[in-house]
Amino acid sequence: MSPAPLAIRCRQLTKTYPGKPPVEAVRGIDLDVPVGECFGLLGPNGAGKTSTMEILEGLLPATSGEVEILGRHWGRDDRAIRERIGVSLQETNLTDKLTVGEIVRLFRSFFQQGLTPDVAIAQVALQEKEQTRFGKLSGGQKQRLAIACALVGDPEILFLDEPTTGLDPQSRRQLWDVISGFKSAGRTVILTTHYMDEAERLCDRVAIVDQGRVIALGSPRQLISQLGSEHVLEPTWQGELPPEEELAQLPSVTKVWHEDGRLALSVAEPHRALPALLDYTRQSQRELASLTTRHATLEDVFVTLTGRHLRDGAQSQS
Amino acid sequence: MSHRFTPLIELTRARIREFFREPAAIFWVYGFPLIMAVSLGIAFREKPKTQITVDLVSRDGMAPIQSFRDALTADGRFTVRELTDDSWRKRLRDGKTDLVIIPPQAGGSEAVSPADWELWQEPRRAESLFARQAVENVLMKQQGGAPPPIQDQELSEAGSRYIDFLVPGLLGINLMGGGLFGVGFVLVDMRVKKLLKRFLATPLRHGDFLLSVMLSRLIFMLPEICALLGLSWLLFGVSVQGSLLSLVAVVLLGGFAFAGLGLLIASRATTLETASGLLNLLMLPMYVLSGVFFSSDRFPDAVQPFIRALPLTALNDALRGVMLEGLSLAELWRPIVTLVAWGIVSFAVALRIFRW
Repeated sequence: MSPAPLAIRCRQLTKTYPGKPPVEAVRGIDLDVPVGECFGLLGPNGAGKTSTMEILEGLLPATSGEVEILGRHWGRDDRAIRERIGVSLQETNLTDKLTVGEIVRLFRSFFQQGLTPDVAIAQVALQEKEQTRFGKLSGGQKQRLAIACALVGDPEILFLDEPTTGLDPQSRRQLWDVISGFKSAGRTVILTTHYMDEAERLCDRVAIVDQGRVIALGSPRQLISQLGSEHVLEPTWQGELPPEEELAQLPSVTKVWHEDGRLALSVAEPHRALPALLDYTRQSQRELASLTTRHATLEDVFVTLTGRHLRDGAQSQS
Repeated sequence: MSHRFTPLIELTRARIREFFREPAAIFWVYGFPLIMAVSLGIAFREKPKTQITVDLVSRDGMAPIQSFRDALTADGRFTVRELTDDSWRKRLRDGKTDLVIIPPQAGGSEAVSPADWELWQEPRRAESLFARQAVENVLMKQQGGAPPPIQDQELSEAGSRYIDFLVPGLLGINLMGGGLFGVGFVLVDMRVKKLLKRFLATPLRHGDFLLSVMLSRLIFMLPEICALLGLSWLLFGVSVQGSLLSLVAVVLLGGFAFAGLGLLIASRATTLETASGLLNLLMLPMYVLSGVFFSSDRFPDAVQPFIRALPLTALNDALRGVMLEGLSLAELWRPIVTLVAWGIVSFAVALRIFRW
């Protein structure tokens, strides 16, 4: 069976913003996204995700490197590519004075072919707001409208830059449903996010991006299993931290790392590691202040790779 | 291929909807110029200049010469005020009187030589000079010189009043403000909101987009111009001497030139502050120099070539040429070529350097 055709292919993509000193936002990114995949760029703010997205969307010229969208090239087939992609920018303030229906209709007029405005509005469940002006919508509704504007051209690839940033949990879930629906029709989605749960939930594969480079690539499950174990123990003690080496020798512990002045242990079998940890605490005459166990996440992958969190001050969920 | 949705029409319709849903914008575009035209028209409503105010000063408690005072009062053009102190200096300085007459000291004699009369005037005020001539005439008559027979005739040609001068100027600044702000500010606002970038990500043709911004400007402009011309015709009888078609052509050309300049200013500005700074930098000198409220001929000859090259001067000259003098477009070739040049050059440069 031949491999699935590629929706997006880029090689050695770089973007340097002129300045003193110049800012190297993207430093050589290679991506292959097959048709039908939901692909995520995961990384902290300033990692180069948005620059990468805008180069792929044809909004920003790359400093060097190759980009192919559905086998076509920016600079040669721009209009043909734009007819076939849908874009939602990180923030778009559509005009406050126009209604949902008017805005979607306006965007529909830019495409030769596409959905009827009503269908696009229904796909993001905004039918009841069709007569409402943009300025009166909630944050989640605005974001859904932005996606309706991306969907109305009936695109083959949907580009979403941080689609759920700043939204409440319910709005995020509604958006996830919209994206999953699009993907289940066999279309391609590429999104950026700094929410690991979003990436784990939506993406077939993710690229973890840091300082303009891809530092890990694979399905969320693969990346998590690269930690060697799928559980994380987070004990805290009264007084001094015990030496890392001693904890690393406990049974079933595969990795120990610092996180915000505390220690986290990557563990394959909690039922073996936990009693050993408690024994160690007793023998070394320490006192446990708290103990949390949870599943490993992409956040842990990022922290073990870079020693930093995806978001400043972000805490792993328990 | 579906032609049910045409980007040019949809974009223009969207702009028009947005505009008419913004009450403040409607006021600034339609209400403000009309209020300005009406209030300036009323303020400068010119009555025929017939009344002359003169102060007749008698010193040392002596009554002014009776026959002279009677002659002044009989003339009918003079409003005479008699004073005995020095307050006339302040009155003359403040423009409360046009001329101060101090008759000769020796009051009794009727045979005085004109050299003994003191006439105080303010040479920078036309009224003052006029008053001096009139008083001199009265004195001359008293000397016994019979004036040659004169038949009074009055010139009351349309287009010679201040309001006639003002209305084309107001039309000019409306076209300037509408073009610069209506195109420049709106585009920068769209850039700030990332709407331009969002449009760039669609197959929308750049030409369609820019054309729609111009077209919607044009559509907002029409009622504004009709209202201004209609109201000044109704209230003040300001009429158009030349052909209406020429007027429409000049208006469109002016709109085009300033839309081009607006586009040029919007091509790179990334904040609204930069944009409004640049727009004001462009507009303020033209408000003063380009003959909106007074003729730009008043500036020294040395700067005239520069003033003539300004787009608003060219537009005002062309508007006045059509409205006041009834000139044809061919006779107005100079301002028209200036406007076309401004429009074409700024469009060409703007399209080259425009950032989405």
